[in-house]
Amino acid sequence: MKIAIPVEDNQTEICPSFGRTSMFLIYDTETKEKKYLDNSGIAMQGGAGIKAAQVIVDEKAEVLLAPRCGENAAKVLQAAGIKLYQSEGLSVDDNLQAFQQGALQELTDIHPGFHGHGGN
Amino acid sequence: MKIAVLSGKGGTGKTLVSVNLAAVAERAAYYDCDVEEPNGHLFLKPQDIKETTVFIKSPEVDADRCNGCRQCIDFCKFNAIAAIGDKAVVFPDVCHPCGGCILVCPQQAVKETKRPIGKIMHGNSGNVQVISGMLNMGEESGVPIIRTMLQDMKNNTTPLQIIDCPPGSACVVMESILDADFCILVAEPTVFGVHNLNMVYELVQIFHKPFGVVLNKCLDSENPAEQFCIAHDIPILGRIPFDGELGHLNANAQIISKVNEKYGQLFREILEQIKEAANNEASVNPER
Repeated sequence: MKIAIPVEDNQTEICPSFGRTSMFLIYDTETKEKKYLDNSGIAMQGGAGIKAAQVIVDEKAEVLLAPRCGENAAKVLQAAGIKLYQSEGLSVDDNLQAFQQGALQELTDIHPGFHGHGGN
Repeated sequence: MKIAVLSGKGGTGKTLVSVNLAAVAERAAYYDCDVEEPNGHLFLKPQDIKETTVFIKSPEVDADRCNGCRQCIDFCKFNAIAAIGDKAVVFPDVCHPCGGCILVCPQQAVKETKRPIGKIMHGNSGNVQVISGMLNMGEESGVPIIRTMLQDMKNNTTPLQIIDCPPGSACVVMESILDADFCILVAEPTVFGVHNLNMVYELVQIFHKPFGVVLNKCLDSENPAEQFCIAHDIPILGRIPFDGELGHLNANAQIISKVNEKYGQLFREILEQIKEAANNEASVNPER
């Protein structure tokens, strides 16, 4: 099973933003391999969450661990059958472990997004 | 004559200036282009309101025709389309309806539909025609509403048209000042106010608009916005004092120039100044 996590540049901490994270960690629970994917949505004027979600969907991840998620991104992820779990604290490794032990809650609090702040 | 009223941020006094200039004119049309939070109608209290709905084009995907080629997704600069289960899905609230996806789809699977994004209200308040745009909550851009309002303005024969702009200097403001003959920049007497004034000062220069500044909330102490105007040789059209009576009247949605003659005088003088400045401009730059 592949698990996706938005991570900071240091690759050890979770990024609080899903759509604007600089990269995603894709962790394969079978091979225990870690792969990092650039998030093309990071510099987008708008629709960053949709673009980022597309990266996760195309990678065929089954689970996303994140502190929060916007509604457009959630729509894309949920339609693709990806399950959302809420990360706790910043450590990537702690959260991977916690998820595999069944200790993380499903992420149900989907926020309406931070769109339109450019005044366009 | 079309006068646009701008400021770099909200709350500097655009609506105060716009509403009162319209009120002291013999006849005027007031256009509230601040479509995200129109409030001029609270002061003017227009009667006989007629509403028209504004629609935008919105793409719709025929899932039976879509083969998941993603050409529309690659084309969309706003990321308003995603591939879900190998079918394109449109996110209307992120879409800036450019029609590109319809053009690039090799399967003719994307077609155009109409979607309401807001309304325009026409009414009358004494000698003032009141036209207010209102964007529906959650919509991305008010530009289509402003564009429709200004199309209406082209056919409006009222001698004076006041355009109450949205705050800032982004697309919605540019759209609002396109046809203006003169721009009023409203400024607050603070360092932050100067920063905001500079934003709209740069904008009106890019658009080659004649302009002047109205200093609002003026105190006896030094005024950084006034110093900015002097340093940049910007005409100061008028000074509105920072006083309690004005604040009270305005907070009670009264039109200050109608309640107190000293304010009536103030705004008539501003209007005269603008007419003079615009006439001078016309004689110096007749091609405008």
